[in-house]
This record gives sequence, C-alpha cells and structure tokens, in this order.
Amino acid sequence: MLEVSHIAKAFENEAVLRDVSLTVRQGQVVAIIGRSGSGKSTLLRCLNHLETVDAGEIRIDGVPMVSADENGKPAYAPKAELRKLCLKMGFVFQNYNLFPHMTVLRNLCQAQERVLGRSKAEALVRARALLAKVGLSDKERQYPCQLSGGQQQRVAIARALALDPEILCFDEPTSALDPQLTQEVLNVIRELAAEKRTMIVVTHEMRFAREVADYVIFMQDGVIRAQGTPEEVMGQNRTEELSAFMGLLGDD
Amino acid sequence: MQYLNNPELLMKLLSQLSEGMLTSLSIFFCTLLFSLPLGLLVALGRMSKRKWLSAPVSFYILIMRGTPLMLQLFTVYFFLPKLVGPIPRLQSTLIAFTFNYAAYFAEIYRGGIMSIDKGQYEAAQVLGFTRAQTFMQIVMPQTIKRVLLPVSNEVITLVKDTSLATAIAVRELFLVAKNATSSSGSVEPLFIAGLFYLAMNTIVTFFFSWLTRRFDYYRG
Repeated sequence: MLEVSHIAKAFENEAVLRDVSLTVRQGQVVAIIGRSGSGKSTLLRCLNHLETVDAGEIRIDGVPMVSADENGKPAYAPKAELRKLCLKMGFVFQNYNLFPHMTVLRNLCQAQERVLGRSKAEALVRARALLAKVGLSDKERQYPCQLSGGQQQRVAIARALALDPEILCFDEPTSALDPQLTQEVLNVIRELAAEKRTMIVVTHEMRFAREVADYVIFMQDGVIRAQGTPEEVMGQNRTEELSAFMGLLGDD
Repeated sequence: MQYLNNPELLMKLLSQLSEGMLTSLSIFFCTLLFSLPLGLLVALGRMSKRKWLSAPVSFYILIMRGTPLMLQLFTVYFFLPKLVGPIPRLQSTLIAFTFNYAAYFAEIYRGGIMSIDKGQYEAAQVLGFTRAQTFMQIVMPQTIKRVLLPVSNEVITLVKDTSLATAIAVRELFLVAKNATSSSGSVEPLFIAGLFYLAMNTIVTFFFSWLTRRFDYYRG
C-alpha cells in the first residue's frame, strides 16, 4: 500500500535520512522509534510531502508520488495528482495544529466541504460520528483554546479521519501531553488499531509501540537500524543500540 | 472670547466647521476604502518570492514611509498633472493618501501574516487545501485579529492627517478653522476644530474596541 525505497534527505548538507526503505501493508500499524534527531519525524513528513526528498521513490497504492527521472533525480507527480495522493495520507501533528478561529465542528467540516466537496449535511454527519468516536460529542461548539491538550489532539485525529485517509500518520502525538492526557490519546489510537486501520506512528512511548504496533522500525542517524515485529526488535534479541536507547527512556 | 460669548457668531462658525468636517470625513473614508485592500496587494507583493516583484514593492514602501506625506501630496498635485492632465484637489489628496497609507497597512498585514504559525500552513496542506484556500480560509481570518491594534493606530493617525490637505487648499476642517482664526484674530476656531478631531477619534477608538471584542471568541 505504501512503498518507500532508498529515500534520502539532507538539511543544509547535514544528512537526516540516508537510504531509507520500508513497506507498509494494509491494516498494519507501524511504530517508528528512535532518539530525537534520528530522522523519524523527517521520514514521516516526507511521506506526506511536508518535506521533499533529495533522492528515492515513494509509491502509494502503486502510484508514484515521487520517482527517479531519467537522470536519477527525484521527480514529483504533477500538482493535482500529488494533492490526490497526499489525501490518501492523514497526518496528526505533535502540537495538534487545529485552526484556532474555528469551532471543533468547523475544524472537522471545513476540509470535507471545501476539499472533498461534500455537502454540509454529509460533512456534519461524518463529523459528529467521529466526535462521538473520540468521546468529544459535547465539545462540538467549543473553540480549540477551550480544550485540554488531550482533547485537542483527539479533535485533530478526528479531523484527519474525516477525510477518510487510507494511512494515518502520527508525529509524536503525545509528546506535548502529560501522562494522563497521553493515555486519552493513546486509547483512541488503540481503538483505531483494533479496527485494523493502517497507521504509522512516530513515538517515544515504548510500551505503547510494543503493545499496539505489529511492525517496529528503530532509527538512528537517519538509517533504519532494526525492523520487524515488536518481539524481534524490542525483545530479548534486540541490538545493543536499542537496549541503550530503551535504557535512556527508563523502559524495561 | 469673541466666539464663545457670541452665540450667533459661534453657530455660524460651527456650521462652517461642520461643512469642513464633511470634507475631512470623505477624505478619511475614501482613503480607508482604497488603502485597506490595496495594502493587502502590496503586502503580498512584498512577500513574493519573485524578486522582480518584491524588490520594486519594497522600494515603493521605502519611499512612501520614508518621505513626508505633505511632499507626496505636493508631488501628486503639482507634478502628476503634467503627465496625466489636471487632477482636482480632493482627488489629488485621495491619491496621495491612499498610496501612502497602503504602504503602512501593507507592513502591518505582512507582520500579521508572518506571525501565523507554520503549523497552520502544514495542517492546511495535509488536509488538501489549495494555497489560495489556505490563505483565505485559514491565514487571513487569523491575521485580521492580530492586526486590529496596529491598524487602529494608523486609522487614528489618518483622522489627524486629513488636515494636511490644507497644504493644497482643500476646504477641509483644518483649513476652515485656520481661515476663521486668520480673519478673526482669535485662536478659538482652531481649538474648536481640535475638539472635532478628538470627537472623531473617540468614535474610532470605540469602534475598534468593539471590533476587538468581536474577535475575542478565540485565543491565538
């Protein structure tokens, strides 16, 4: 469903991603772990065209978002095509990025109406169903500033889901939250995993990754250092690097 | 106290001043009508990545903010007609004021637009909004709230700047008062005109307080 091959990305000559390849299949929950600066967020942002790659290919449902041209340089799909492909991906930010001047309901409806062209009634039904799912039905008239961080992040998840993406990406969705609010948000993601929704989660929550993900990617210095099932990557036979990393986090 | 002790003379002065004030108000409203939207275009030009556009726009802003408005007024009134034919006094004033104020508004808008968090653009992008939609539906509404205070400053200054039109003999409030002072030898008309400006700016101030409260429904 998502194929990434040999992508590379550098910021001002500093390599952030080096020859990264991965495949995400339908219904898979992929957790990407690693230290800050290991390139995991950049990888996720490249998949959503929030960053452009310097080399490599990305295909969604077999359709190239970016592929090498005859000179081997990365060439992105034409604008309209690119927008369509990006809509297959949903994105949830670390700091929510809700639209502060819109109510919760408007945050969920705006793109449905203006981007997908759904009718107001249709968008409203979908928005209300999603708010019920994330447990915020009573907040639809509120503005983001009136909500807690955990509530805002749940709205952001609902907003991404409203466009029916095939793959939902989370960029450290709980890093700005205290432990209790973190659980609120993780519970929503657990539910989505139980529905077999395809997701890619960049996270520092090791226990969560181990419990929810069926595939774990450990990154360091812009390279994938280990990947496989949580048991393979984080279990007894894990690499020394990963042990050191998990030790830093105070996790088993 | 020749005016304040003489009700008949005072009434006559007040009616003359009121007439002058109508001219001042038309300068005020027309300038805002044209310069507020023009400022947005100038701001977009200034922020353009295309150097051939942003460089001349920056130069225009430098000239407008860097030279006296009265000099700009003279330039429009005395030199522009040599190129395009005669321009009446009031229209000259509107042209000079509009281009001058658009430059100030442009810089205020630019500051407002640049203060919008990058995350708002990214969120709009991943939700599939086009660049135009992002600007109109997400960036602009938030910018308006942020620029209200600096814009109100400029609007208050504009009320007083209308008096500069005196320099090319537009019969607005200040010129009427100045003439009355010259002919009577009393400074009372000028002080009364001062009260007129104060009254107009009191209304402007209340208007912006009301507008600010209307945008209080969210923080950010």
